[in-house]
Amino acid sequence: MTAISVQNLNVWFGVGAARSDAVLDVSFDVAKGEIFGLVGESGSGKSTILRALVGLVPTWSGTMQVAGETLGKKRSQAFFGNVQMVFQDPYASLHPRHTVDRVLSEVMQLHGIKDVDDRIAQLLDDVGLGASFRFRYPHQLSGGQRQRVAIARALAPTPTILLLDEPTSALDVSVQAEILNLLADLQRDQGLTYIMVSHDLGVVGHLCKRIAVMNNGEFVEVLGVDAMRRLEASHPYTKHLLESSVQSVG
Amino acid sequence: MSQPLIDVENLWVRFGGRSGVFDAVRGVSFTLGQERLGIVGESGSGKSITGRALLRLIQPPGIVEADQMALQGEDILHASEARMRQLRGGRISMIMQDPKFSLNPVMSVGQQMTEALRAHESVSKSQARIQTIKMLDEVAIRDPERVFDLYPHEVSGGMGQRIMIAMMLLPNPEILIADEPTSALDVSVQIQVLDIMDKLVRDRGMGLIFISHDLNLVAKFCDRIVIMYAGRIVETCKASELRQAKHPYTLGLLNSVPNLEYPRDRLDVLKRDPAWRDAPSVSARQ
Repeated sequence: MTAISVQNLNVWFGVGAARSDAVLDVSFDVAKGEIFGLVGESGSGKSTILRALVGLVPTWSGTMQVAGETLGKKRSQAFFGNVQMVFQDPYASLHPRHTVDRVLSEVMQLHGIKDVDDRIAQLLDDVGLGASFRFRYPHQLSGGQRQRVAIARALAPTPTILLLDEPTSALDVSVQAEILNLLADLQRDQGLTYIMVSHDLGVVGHLCKRIAVMNNGEFVEVLGVDAMRRLEASHPYTKHLLESSVQSVG
Repeated sequence: MSQPLIDVENLWVRFGGRSGVFDAVRGVSFTLGQERLGIVGESGSGKSITGRALLRLIQPPGIVEADQMALQGEDILHASEARMRQLRGGRISMIMQDPKFSLNPVMSVGQQMTEALRAHESVSKSQARIQTIKMLDEVAIRDPERVFDLYPHEVSGGMGQRIMIAMMLLPNPEILIADEPTSALDVSVQIQVLDIMDKLVRDRGMGLIFISHDLNLVAKFCDRIVIMYAGRIVETCKASELRQAKHPYTLGLLNSVPNLEYPRDRLDVLKRDPAWRDAPSVSARQ
């Protein structure tokens, strides 16, 4: 079953001469329970696709369908319960003066979820934090712990789709491994669908089964992770990206 | 063996605060010859602070103590501030992480580069311009005359970092400290910037201290590696012998990196042993 279907998506910023096209004629489908990866350099438009999906960019054209719902200018309440996003920088995406408890309960109130108390304990447990973290402020948490809170917040309205915008790029490799394992566990246990954006081919290759390579707002290639591991890319840009990535790992 | 470029023995950096004294660097010893030394560790392991302490950039309430901190035999721990200003940039240079925050946004590239050169050498403006443009050309910037008049916001991240490298190398320092020089850049640009830095450092016979959290990158790029944990050196080895590393922390760092070519179902997670924190620092003096 298709969870996300995007056809001929264009996203642009500015008007007239100042118009710049961030995403050009992009189409893809993501099946339910699939992990789909988007890679590319900074400015290639990969985050913009996620932002357009959740409605953070007003200027787009094309067709986007998420879980059977065709997206228009406004998203329904059910959409936000179903689709959640995790942002890049856990230092910037949590309110500095709200406790973990307040961050999580606010989301649940917005979505009309009852028994908030039990749910928070459950959520903190799911992301491997435990009840002792419940009344802490973000500055009392490490980067990895903050990202776990951000993931817990995204999971609060029981979504089926998570959009991950470079969820580990601000973290140390050792903490990155913990978060990637957590994401893999959650996906398996709750049958979630992910779209994951990253510039790190190693990270994308670890989680994703199918990967789209972007350059200048366009998909240059969509390939399976096995083909990527064998370094079988047909497009020269993908080859270049793979070579530099393999070189840096040495 | 000839005298090392930098000789540090038992370096401590402390920060006092309301909640007591925090030891950021705890008894680190190392030497740097004409080689490329990598310092690796997680955030908060004290690697950047070590780099900054070498340039005496630790401000109060930070306290720097050491049995010895010498630049080619000259004591830099007790040198005057005026002398340090000559040394900084002149003989030891530092490349910072993010060109967006380290270049002056209201000066053109050329202005700030010639300023850096003229602070250390008495050259005329026109001569400085010629040298600057030649240096920009050496870091593989196309059309250096045009870039000379651009402002930092008009250049890309990779170009900005190359401009930083060019600026730091202009006064011909003997030692370069690069603090995560490529972590703000895309992979494809990373390699290019590193290759340029590598070539210049080799050609000039400089000493390089390369600070990074990326163990694989450091292993590929350096001769010798120092691994830091909680302000101490837990292990030191030749880059070529990294695969034979023994310390569980080093192994943990190596195994936690997802690798495209060798996939695993689960990544290894580092189990931190409190004993690592208490173990004495390994000396990386040679």
